[in-house]
Order: sequence, then C-alpha cells, then structure tokens
Amino acid sequence: MSLFKVFDVSGSAMTAQSLRLNLTASNLANAETMAASPEEAYKARQPVFAAALKQAQGAPGGEAGTPVQVKGVVESQAPTEALHMPGHPLADANGYVYRSNVNPIEEMVNMISAQRSFQNNVEVMNTSKELLLQTLRLGS
Amino acid sequence: MSFSLDKSFGIPAAALQLRSQRANVLADNLANADTPNYKARDFDFKVAMRQAQGAQQTVVRTHAQHIQPPGSGPLEPQLQYRVPMNAALDGNTVETQAEQAKFAENTVHYQAALTFLGSRINGLIGALKGE
Repeated sequence: MSLFKVFDVSGSAMTAQSLRLNLTASNLANAETMAASPEEAYKARQPVFAAALKQAQGAPGGEAGTPVQVKGVVESQAPTEALHMPGHPLADANGYVYRSNVNPIEEMVNMISAQRSFQNNVEVMNTSKELLLQTLRLGS
Repeated sequence: MSFSLDKSFGIPAAALQLRSQRANVLADNLANADTPNYKARDFDFKVAMRQAQGAQQTVVRTHAQHIQPPGSGPLEPQLQYRVPMNAALDGNTVETQAEQAKFAENTVHYQAALTFLGSRINGLIGALKGE
C-alpha cells in the first residue's frame, strides 16, 4: 500500500517544521539578550531543509516518497547592534553592550509559515488515514 | 466457466492503485513546500490509466541488457515536473494552494473508486450467495 508512505513523508515534514518552530522560539526568546562582545552575542538560527537525496539524483520518473531532511542549522551573519549602556554589568571598556541580531519581524513571519506548513501536513495525514480506513472497510 | 477475480475488479482496482500513488506524490509536494530547490511533481492520471489498461504505447525492452526506464510498467505512472505559475526565489516550485486543491480532488476520486469497487464486491457476494 503506497498510501502508508504518506505517513513517513508528512511525518518528516512535521519534524522539520517543529524544529523550525523550536528555533524560532529560541530566537524570539533571545531577541533582547545582551553580550559583552559582538562574537559572544546571540545569533539568530535557521534550519536548512533539503529533499532527501533519493530524489535529487533521479530523473522525474523516479518513485515517489521524498521526505524532508534537515541539513543543519545555520547562524545568521547579520551585524549585531552595539548599544551604549555604561551602567550595564556586561558593558565593555567603552561602555558598549551588544544585542543579539534577531529580527523579531522575520521570526514572526517564520513562525506563521512553520505553523501553516505543519497544519498542511497534519491535514494530509488525516485525509490519508481516512482513506486507508475506508479501504479497510471495503466490501463490508 | 473460468472465473478471474482480477478481471471482475477491473478498472476500479487499477484506478484505486493509481489514485493512492498520486496521493503519495502530492503528499511529497506538500511536505516539501518549504524545501529550497525542490521541484513539484505529478503524473497525468488519464495517461497512467490508459497505460494500466494496456492501451498506451510505452517504451518496450527488446534486449535483456537494455535498461528498463522508470514509468513504463502497467502501474508505474511517469512522473513529470510541474510547470509553476510563479516559482519561488529559492528554486522551489510547490504552490501549496494548487497542491491542496489537487490533493482534495484526488481524495474524492479515490473515494469514488472505492465506492465502485465496494459495490462490485457486494454484487459478487450477492451472486455467490444466490440471493
């Protein structure tokens, strides 16, 4: 039954999207984190999605069943913001602290996108489950 | 009188198999809606159905050492890349709303094939019982 493969594929997509949601949560939580130097400042993290290699190699005629793979997590290269706060306990010799380079607007957009994608895959899974159950009841 | 179950199930059975394969392909597309460089795929159900009934010309292997191309068997539809209306900048060609519409349409057709197959089975049971 090839409909069972839908569970693998949609499941992998849900795993990937929940990881993305997790990273978004961590980014938003650390949006106001300060550090003593630009290197130590929190950098926004994003997952890198890839289609599993099976499909990338084959021609379009290959079989269906392309789960989502998380290739890794990359840190944003955006510059960190330096704030002049001499009273801050983490301030350096010149009185500067460095805020994380998280862009809250981008993260909110990411969150909504991840949520919608997750919902889509839940729907696909539910529909496939219904179809399989109806197939099981066939002829009764 | 010889009796073949395969023949009596006929078209709805093949349609059911192809519909479940198509559901699989469309689920692939929806799962990879956020994957960079993923190209959406689908197959032409009409052509696949003709192929399943043996009415469609396909590539035939005439030598034992020829490579059998994918999508040339009776229930192996030829997957093709979808032509996107507007592709994303990251090389992804999945258009979620279009895929969802196709998935819903495919589901309804699957249920239709299921109903036809069910009534055929019920008919056969009726004939066997002699009611």
